[in-house]
Amino acid sequence: MTRVFISQDAASLSLGSKRILARLENAAAEAGLALEIVRTGSRGLFWLEPLIEVETAEGRIAYGPLKTSDIDSLLAAGFLAGGEHPSRIGRLEDVAYLTRQARLIFARCGVTDPKSVADYEAHGGLRGLRRALALEPVEIVDEIKLSGLRGRGGAGFPTGIKWNTVLNAEADRKYVVCNADEGDSGSFADRMLMEGDPFTLIEGMAIAGLAVGATKGYLYIRSEYPHAYRAMNAAIEAATQAGILGSSILGSGRAFTLETRLGAGAYICGEETSLLESLEGKRGTVRAKPPLPALKGLFGKPTIVNNVLSFASVPWILEHGHEAYARYGMGRSMGTLPVQLAGNVKRGGLLELAFGVTLREVIEGFGGGTHSGRPIRAVQVGGPLGAYFPEHMLDIPMDYEAFAAAKGMLGHGGVVVFDDTVDLAVQARFAFEFCAAESCGKCTPCRVGAVRGVEVIDRIVAGIEREKNVALLDDLCQLMTDASLCAMGGLTPVPVTSALTHFPEDFDKAPHLPAAAE
Amino acid sequence: MSKPAQWDSVRASEIVMRERHWDGPALPILHALQEEFGYIHEEALPLVASALNLSRAEVHGILTFYHDFKWQPGGAHTLKICRAEACQSMGGAELADALLKRQSVMWGETTADGRLTIEAVYCLGLCACAPAALYDGEPVGRLCADTLDELVTEARGR
Ligand SMILES: Cc1cc2nc3c(=O)[nH]c(=O)nc-3n(C[C@H](O)[C@H](O)[C@H](O)COP(=O)(O)O)c2cc1C
Ligand code: SF4
Ligand code: FES
Repeated sequence: MTRVFISQDAASLSLGSKRILARLENAAAEAGLALEIVRTGSRGLFWLEPLIEVETAEGRIAYGPLKTSDIDSLLAAGFLAGGEHPSRIGRLEDVAYLTRQARLIFARCGVTDPKSVADYEAHGGLRGLRRALALEPVEIVDEIKLSGLRGRGGAGFPTGIKWNTVLNAEADRKYVVCNADEGDSGSFADRMLMEGDPFTLIEGMAIAGLAVGATKGYLYIRSEYPHAYRAMNAAIEAATQAGILGSSILGSGRAFTLETRLGAGAYICGEETSLLESLEGKRGTVRAKPPLPALKGLFGKPTIVNNVLSFASVPWILEHGHEAYARYGMGRSMGTLPVQLAGNVKRGGLLELAFGVTLREVIEGFGGGTHSGRPIRAVQVGGPLGAYFPEHMLDIPMDYEAFAAAKGMLGHGGVVVFDDTVDLAVQARFAFEFCAAESCGKCTPCRVGAVRGVEVIDRIVAGIEREKNVALLDDLCQLMTDASLCAMGGLTPVPVTSALTHFPEDFDKAPHLPAAAE
Repeated sequence: MSKPAQWDSVRASEIVMRERHWDGPALPILHALQEEFGYIHEEALPLVASALNLSRAEVHGILTFYHDFKWQPGGAHTLKICRAEACQSMGGAELADALLKRQSVMWGETTADGRLTIEAVYCLGLCACAPAALYDGEPVGRLCADTLDELVTEARGR
């Protein structure tokens, strides 16, 4: 029976892959063709989707981007045997967009059946966990420390050091919590992994449990991701059936169980202490640190909180060793970063790359420039709290320190491209508006500052007492940076200041007015 | 999308009891109630409060903190449009503004015929297929005025 692969990832669905699948199933039934259809996640080459892959003697041959009306001509062209067709791409493994990547963590995403443990294992899954079961907890932690893995959720904190703190904390109970709140616009790698290769995340969390002596894990998934939520629940169920999770991980006698929780539409719940409050069933207000969650986290117990991609990197590191991982990357940014290329770009998608590739290579080399065909004017990296960079700064390498030096941050690796129709004063205003809407309200600089920020930008843009208001904006940004309790208020000035610094002309379009005109 | 049930306090109590076993049960309970009835009826407050040993004010505080929970039933269909940056870069804001104007509603409101609620969301993780939306939970990417009109026609029947 011919095997056919089609992604049912939410982004693939958004491009029509469900209709393509339905049409294919109908047409095959009419023609009396027996197909084995495998619903996969996405490989992340969204400009080629909707996409169908067919298993042939020469490998998996891809066809895309498809319209439902293509199905008849595909069948007529003998595509089930890899026949010629205008949409025939060939093997995706040979497409430059993929060959130039370093797919360690995303190796299986879009390839395997996310519901099948057997498929996961056939593609190298569980090797990291098996090795971890043979190691002492401190050896697992050392492996992660030496790999140089840094948290992929935004702050870039060394994962091994966090785990070490939890390992050494004395407590009757410890927890492993996965931050799958992925609120940053421009980010979708967590979602793709949960939908396309959920077992990797489960394996990573189970290894974390073994490393610190925790037997219970929680996955906090944002409610905007219903598909990921369902995929994770199905995978946890399958992993439990297969004995990967439960009272005896792979028959080792050591326990680890996992539960999912759904967020409820609050960006701040991606901040780890707010997330813990929310998991405990409270308002998601931020907790003051210290105490660190590693010492007093969920229900007051020592807790590892890590991003989806941090956990998902762990099985590879355990399988291949810290040295192999640390060979990727540059400086203190080791390993690979799943870059998410989005917005006004021709070839948006997922790029898992060794650290060090420049932003220009990402946007122009992989992305092929803007979707609109107009010049690139600004690029926002690292979500709503990340900086806007002008075109002439695109030679910064993807590296935590290089971005910090350029007064920005890599964050979760989201890259959003804007063409020359963007108005950076509008974007700066939006940054404050977003902060005002999503602030947890605990501290004044953020709660009040964000609202003031919108007003001040409105006055600047209207040309009212321009100099005075620009100075006021500077003061406000300084205050928010210095006095906010968490990075929500603390980093909102980053997009604002970068917009003002690199695109001052956008804030100076109106004729200047004196105060009286207000 | 299955149609939400009419508010029924007996049914609501059953749901609260069913979901209260979770560690940190507040969000699972509220999600389950909203899933069943399409919104959180004010009579649910004392039910949840007594089940969790909280004051009504505390439950109210939790409910109002999260954007997802609603006090009123929405329309027969829901369109959640992304307002975040990647979608802005592809003209999402202009598309959404024009749609709201044509439908004579503001963000979060329901059309006069009760057929369609239009809500704002901030990123759906479909940023490489921007502008994006969820229509009754189904992802829609590369939105344009035509696709939006088709969705509205489907929802409002004209
Ligand atoms: C406003 C705000 C939002 C955040 N959102 C997320 C998020 O969606 N996902 C995430 O993993 N980390 C997020 N973080 C970072 C977390 O607080 C925390 O650093 C992270 O979960 C730790 O995991 P890591 O070390 O693996 O990155 C956010 C931080 C702030 C201040
Ligand atoms: S900075 Fe904003 S989000 Fe963070 S604690 Fe203060 S009010 Fe809450
Ligand atoms: S910014 Fe709109 S889907 Fe991510």
